[in-house]
Amino acid sequence: MSFPWANEYKPSHPFMQWMDDRLPLPRLVFNSVGAGYPVPRNLNYFWNFGFLAALCLIVQIVTGIVMAMHYAANTAVAFDTIEMTVRDVNWGWMMRYAHANGASMFFIVIYVHIFRGFYYGSYKAPREMVWLLGVVIFLLMMATAFMGYVLPWGQMSFWGAKVITGLFGAIPFVGEPLQQWLLGGFAPDNAALNRFFSLHYLLPFVIVGVVILHIWALHIPGSSNPTGVEVKAESDTVPFYPYYVAKDGWFIGVFAIVFSLMLFYFPNSLGHPDNYIPANPMSTPAHIVPEWYFWPFYAILRAFTQDFFFIPAKLMGVLAMFGAILVWFFLPWLDKSPVRSGSYRPLYKKFFWFGLIPAMAVLFYCGGAAAAEPYVMISQLAALYYFAHFLIVLPIVSAIEKPLPLPYSITESVLGTDEAAQLAPSATV
Amino acid sequence: MAETEGVRRRDFINIAAVSAAGIAGVGVVIPLVSQMSASADVLAASSTEIDISAIQPGQAIKAVFRKQPVFVRNLTPKEIEEANAVDTASLRDPQTLAERTKEGKENWLITMGVCTHLGCVPLGAGEGEIKGEFGGYFCPCHGSAYDTAARIRKGPAPKNLEVPEYAFTTDTVVQIG
Repeated sequence: MSFPWANEYKPSHPFMQWMDDRLPLPRLVFNSVGAGYPVPRNLNYFWNFGFLAALCLIVQIVTGIVMAMHYAANTAVAFDTIEMTVRDVNWGWMMRYAHANGASMFFIVIYVHIFRGFYYGSYKAPREMVWLLGVVIFLLMMATAFMGYVLPWGQMSFWGAKVITGLFGAIPFVGEPLQQWLLGGFAPDNAALNRFFSLHYLLPFVIVGVVILHIWALHIPGSSNPTGVEVKAESDTVPFYPYYVAKDGWFIGVFAIVFSLMLFYFPNSLGHPDNYIPANPMSTPAHIVPEWYFWPFYAILRAFTQDFFFIPAKLMGVLAMFGAILVWFFLPWLDKSPVRSGSYRPLYKKFFWFGLIPAMAVLFYCGGAAAAEPYVMISQLAALYYFAHFLIVLPIVSAIEKPLPLPYSITESVLGTDEAAQLAPSATV
Repeated sequence: MAETEGVRRRDFINIAAVSAAGIAGVGVVIPLVSQMSASADVLAASSTEIDISAIQPGQAIKAVFRKQPVFVRNLTPKEIEEANAVDTASLRDPQTLAERTKEGKENWLITMGVCTHLGCVPLGAGEGEIKGEFGGYFCPCHGSAYDTAARIRKGPAPKNLEVPEYAFTTDTVVQIG
């Protein structure tokens, strides 16, 4: 679907005409990310992060394919092949650090993208499928990143794999056999390393597939915007090309500066020094932490220290950690407010800035800290708020809140008045 | 029987074809799932013999069993006494030292060196390592403390250190697994 005023693809060259009659791929591109896709004219910089996420995925796939050319998934040599890539392979250091820091950049971008969705209500009808597919992409990203971190077979790789697969051991009855099945042994070893490599290579392409569905679903209603008011007339939109291609291109430049600073000046600052020690199954590092982007969820995992009725604390932590993301699947139905944008929801906005964001920040900090008091108790309180925010606060707020008056149209919110649209019959019907 | 009522020939063919495809599908999935389980060479390495003759009372060694550490500890009479003095009803995972050792060999405490919380290797088996406030093992990851019978006494771990299946093949050799 598109708006009636969307530019139509008109191939000018005879070859493009010939192509359009047989495989209209240029038409598809034109209608998806070209001049044939009308986009609200009032998007702010938070809307750049979707395009940026796609760029990050491409960076990860390209650098990852390069890394796979020099890597060997065998516990005897895996650690050394990474070091040799860095030291001996031409530009290997850059590929390796671009891949490792690229993962961090990808998660920074995706967290901004997700929280943009939270604030502006991007998950609401008619964009539920866009949101649900996005959560699927996030889960796939987490699995891919986790398995990728195991591949260098350093101390954190090994013990991270052990702790995370150990989580499955907490499941009653089937836990231990399931854990052995996942690892192909009793502890992480060659079998586990090889299958993680295989899946780490596969999953990014699965992500590409889901991203295509995500963008397809987005193009049915069209992009959301900071007012949350739907597009009414042609004056509310501009074509994706050249307007947003130019804006996204500029923002990629900004992103490239930040990425380059990380890559060239602080390549190890987001990594853990213990991962430069080869894996040793006989000795545990004093402080096992996952990569920074898992910290909030790791904090929730560790927040459960007491048995909960008949559920052991360890299983409860595992359920809560997965539940913290699974609850996002229900978000479109938990937040029933008809107003999308947080900008017009005074009460929701308060809970977003003074509830959800601090809770996430606290969980983030505690997940990276040692598992000792006071961090455990603080993460328990933050985890409690986190779940309450989605399961209790959002349904209540959306029921009792009195939203601010919405602008008549996107054009009015930009120009202050939109007489043309008010006089004309609605174009979207 | 008329072609229009009851089970038609075409219905039968449909059900038979879909069933055959379904059974074939299961037949394909079983090997695909099963190949991920521990392979024969991994399982073949799942038994270990350990010579314990050199371990003096109060000492312990770390051996490898199924690619995981196993602690073999020669308890002193004092440590045995400490373990037996504990009221088992007060324990999170109630077990006596006798239940966790072989009869007549109460001084040989053989456990996995894998913390039951998240799988770290506890300290206390190596020379000079801290043994925690209950004199057994101490896990540095999240602070679980085990006593001289390797029973969980404090911290987040839910269970005692696991006692693997083992047998004394002679007085000085233990076979684990």
